[in-house]
Amino acid sequence: MTTTQPLSAERAFALDFTAEIERIAARLRQALTTDLNRRGLVVAISGGIDSSVSAALAVRAVGPKRVYGLLLPERVSSPQSTHRGRLLAKHLGIEHEVFDIAPALEALGCYARIEEVCRAVHPAYGAGWKNKIVLEGGLEGRYNHFKLVAQDPSGLMHEARLEYRQYLQIVAATNFKQRVRKTMEYFHADRLNYAVVGTPNRLEYDQGFFVKNGDGSADVKPIAHLYKSQVYAMARFMQLPEEICNAIPTTDTYSLAQGQDEFYFGLPYAQMDLALWAYAHKVDAAELGTALGITTEAAKAVYADIEAKRRATRYLAGAPILMTAYPED
Amino acid sequence: MSAGEQVRQYILENFLFSTDTSLLGMDDSFLARGLIDSTGMLEVLLFLEETFGIKVDDNEMIPDNLDSVNRIAAFIARKKA
Repeated sequence: MTTTQPLSAERAFALDFTAEIERIAARLRQALTTDLNRRGLVVAISGGIDSSVSAALAVRAVGPKRVYGLLLPERVSSPQSTHRGRLLAKHLGIEHEVFDIAPALEALGCYARIEEVCRAVHPAYGAGWKNKIVLEGGLEGRYNHFKLVAQDPSGLMHEARLEYRQYLQIVAATNFKQRVRKTMEYFHADRLNYAVVGTPNRLEYDQGFFVKNGDGSADVKPIAHLYKSQVYAMARFMQLPEEICNAIPTTDTYSLAQGQDEFYFGLPYAQMDLALWAYAHKVDAAELGTALGITTEAAKAVYADIEAKRRATRYLAGAPILMTAYPED
Repeated sequence: MSAGEQVRQYILENFLFSTDTSLLGMDDSFLARGLIDSTGMLEVLLFLEETFGIKVDDNEMIPDNLDSVNRIAAFIARKKA
């Protein structure tokens, strides 16, 4: 595509926030009234930007008395996340509760299954060690694969590629976290006759960065059409607490600190946003490369990676596949 | 059975649930056909490492080496040479 102006985040992500917030709030009310027939909204609040903005939009839509906030920490959640979650709930004036899901995860074998993989990869793994998984490959034109990074009690880092079965098990076990959280969200939604708010932004929704029947499950997704850069800007526009507006995106899922970029996207969110926008608007790889300060070849690899993730994860957001069309003609 | 035939048979059985060799050409691109995603490639790597006794390095995990039966067969031959 030949553009008259250079590719820039400022141009790509410009938004009339007043109008957009009102539009989303009206759409949420309409969904509750027309589609869902529920009386309010449940939002799980992680302390991150997406759930904070989603909760704030829920409050704009139906008022603070009809929004229920849930803080659902587990063993490796950062205390700062819970702190920011409480801060937000207080700021919005919504009823909320903190429920520790660690005992449920322990009972399900989540932690034991993760540690089993860690020990298989690093035999010395045990008390005092921490872990995370890191994505590699796609942006260098290689196949995407994960490495297990482990830190021993002395602080020394060890890393090794996860083989097929190890990768599947650590992801499957970790997915318990998102699925148990969603179980709690629906418990409260059913108890209150409310609907559940899903909090993925456009980058996550488009690239399949969510767990099916976990954080991917919801009745409404108010920010799935917004780029993460727009979500941050909306948080500032809505004057959410400074600590939340400045929160760095993390997964808060593994015991070692883990950025969303190293876990899944490969690039920091602002660059990924721009790449996704450029991809959607058929911008030449050369122009994207110039905007990101990378080579054309590297920009082509970014596009290929976007396509590969879309293809691999498309089914996650889809309805189950039926054997015939339904209702039948 | 040649390495290429073994690889083709493995992919047919595990990814296409079939033994019909007409379903997979030796030069068919797995990526172009949407047949093997990155997780699927980990499964193929495990098969290659266990069956042919080779160790695939991170920097060898590229389509030039792995994106068709014939490319994999040539890669195995180079690794074992």
